[in-house]
Amino acid sequence: MDFLLVAVVKIIIILVFISLGVAYLTYLERKVIGHMQVRLGPMRVGWHGLLQPIADGLKLVIKEDIIPTQSDKLMFILAPVICFLHAFIVYTFIPFDGPGGFWGYGGYVSDVNVGLLFILAVASVGVVGIILGGWASNSKYPLLGSLRSVAQLVSYEVAMGLAIMGPILLAGSLSMVEIVKAQEKMGVWFFVPQIVAFVIYFICGVAETNRAPFDLPEAESELVGGYHTEYSGFRFAIFFLAEYANMITVSAIAVTVFLGGWMMPFPSLLKPYLSFVPGFVWFCLKVMFFLFVYLWIRATFPRYRFDQLMSIGWKILLPLSIANLVVTSFIILYLKM
Amino acid sequence: MIEDKKVEEKFVDATEELVLNMGPQHPSTHGVLRVILKLHHEKVVDLDCDIGYLHRGVEKISENLSYKLAAPYMDRLDYIAAVSNNLAYVETVEKLIGVEVPKKAQYIRVILTELNRIASHLLWLATHALDIGAMTVFLYCFREREEILNIFEMVTGARLTTNAFRIGGIPADVPEGFEKAVKDFCKILPGRIEEYEGLLTKNRIWIARTKNIGVISGEDAIAIGLTGPSLRGSGVKWDLRKAHPYECYDEFDFEIPTGKNGDTYDRYLVRLEEMRQARKIILQAIDGIPDGDYMAKVPKMLRPPKGEVYHSIEAPKGELGFYIVSDGSTKPYRVRIKGPSFFNLQALKTLCVGHYVADVVAIIGTLDIVLGEIDR
Repeated sequence: MDFLLVAVVKIIIILVFISLGVAYLTYLERKVIGHMQVRLGPMRVGWHGLLQPIADGLKLVIKEDIIPTQSDKLMFILAPVICFLHAFIVYTFIPFDGPGGFWGYGGYVSDVNVGLLFILAVASVGVVGIILGGWASNSKYPLLGSLRSVAQLVSYEVAMGLAIMGPILLAGSLSMVEIVKAQEKMGVWFFVPQIVAFVIYFICGVAETNRAPFDLPEAESELVGGYHTEYSGFRFAIFFLAEYANMITVSAIAVTVFLGGWMMPFPSLLKPYLSFVPGFVWFCLKVMFFLFVYLWIRATFPRYRFDQLMSIGWKILLPLSIANLVVTSFIILYLKM
Repeated sequence: MIEDKKVEEKFVDATEELVLNMGPQHPSTHGVLRVILKLHHEKVVDLDCDIGYLHRGVEKISENLSYKLAAPYMDRLDYIAAVSNNLAYVETVEKLIGVEVPKKAQYIRVILTELNRIASHLLWLATHALDIGAMTVFLYCFREREEILNIFEMVTGARLTTNAFRIGGIPADVPEGFEKAVKDFCKILPGRIEEYEGLLTKNRIWIARTKNIGVISGEDAIAIGLTGPSLRGSGVKWDLRKAHPYECYDEFDFEIPTGKNGDTYDRYLVRLEEMRQARKIILQAIDGIPDGDYMAKVPKMLRPPKGEVYHSIEAPKGELGFYIVSDGSTKPYRVRIKGPSFFNLQALKTLCVGHYVADVVAIIGTLDIVLGEIDR
């Protein structure tokens, strides 16, 4: 009973935390990109526009709900829900803090021995929502957008999965908590020995979340809105939330697998002064850093064309990640012998 | 390419082309252009442009107005380069009635037109980059364009449709501080262009998106009737400012940049260089403004002799010409406008066939069309 209660409380906390995080990620995006583009970003609602995401959400909720008459209604309604659900389920397995975190209750909802695999599997179910949304809209632009999206997600997932194999080999476990512990034991975060995998993962992560310069599925200059062209109001908001939640997910996985999760950087240097800082603060800071890089990239780069994107995925990233996997395995084998 | 052909042959019977309607309400058709695309996979097989959504009948309206009153309407053709439109019309009428414009007015006209060329190219770069996904360049370009619009406001009182010139000269002497404002702008411009170049010119993605996209040879470009930077990008050194100098362009020292391959990337480089050359002209002109009158003696009501006249200038987008027929009355018998965008748009099909949908957007951007002038 006690176990269940703790889990439920944790789930609620994480749900609220992530929802707010997503809302304020949109605010952060507009502010960061705004300042990079010599303008201010939102300034009107609240102090420095701090209430802007809430106003935006409210606006989307009270909008008229439009379902196109020619659409497949059930699928049209279901698609954003699928996207949203799977974007949030993955947070069950992400360790925000170590087993001693959250005042001894453990900084995660559950730690399964196949955690990482499960996250990747669940995250890719979200693709179904995208293709359903595009198909059910019964319109050409969303269809093209969703086809692009699915092709892109599926092909980048391969390279991404293979890139993560390197750190998994080093850790010897698929459990998210064990991977962080392995980094603690090794004394060095995995992005140092696995720098190639880290770079590949990061590029794939950008593509996975449909962010610039790989934001083809919703390339507004060609496909208007991509797969959610026909969506408006709250259904659109749900797609939007799912996309941003995915951004956080990809960053959280990167932090856990490559950047030592909840651990503090330079422990030998900082431990005497900063040991009172709880682990999830470090975790959030690292995730924020990733998100900032995402936004930075978006403000800087133009967009790839669809065929160019596919050839990068299949012809460059995939062979590289396989090579990385092979080299890593041989080195581990050699060290063990 | 060979592989593609094989696939196409194999499936040509099994699949049919997808007809995709792009516009007139589409974020990157630069106004109300409607393009009907026929796609095979994501490649363009055929396309058709549907224009006329912005038709206002400017040519007909000017037949019912006196020569002087028609001038402000010409600003609304290519509203991005209002000064150039105004200049072309005003010069044509001056040619018709045979007025010699004072030197001082000529210099100021050159300065304003070249500033307008920079503004037009900035807006082109902004939208072109945004179409390809580089959103920061968009806002950077608008920042500099704002400076130019401030100068226009200072001189003419308006920012967009300036109605800058009058038949016979300019309506008023330039205000105090004009020289300084122009010089200040010329000082910051090279650094800012470097900023855009830093974001784009050597960017792998930008090169991948623009190199060998929309290639057209010099001969084809001439055959279609391309003018302006779109023609010069194909390596044809044709600029009316050098070929048939008007105003006092023959007094200034400037280069005509040309491209080599005639692709989108070359047209991009040509336009960037044109901005630098325009700055060079402005700097020469601003130091050489002579003293004297700014307005020639022109009667209140123009009654040109019977006859016809054609005159064209190098507008930012290409050759902008006016053909005016006079029947001796106070109103023109016929005003025909030869707009560069209309002719440049004709190249769209030639440039796009065989490319992807995403490239169509890039090619519409590189042709630098303005629908206000195509539809008139």
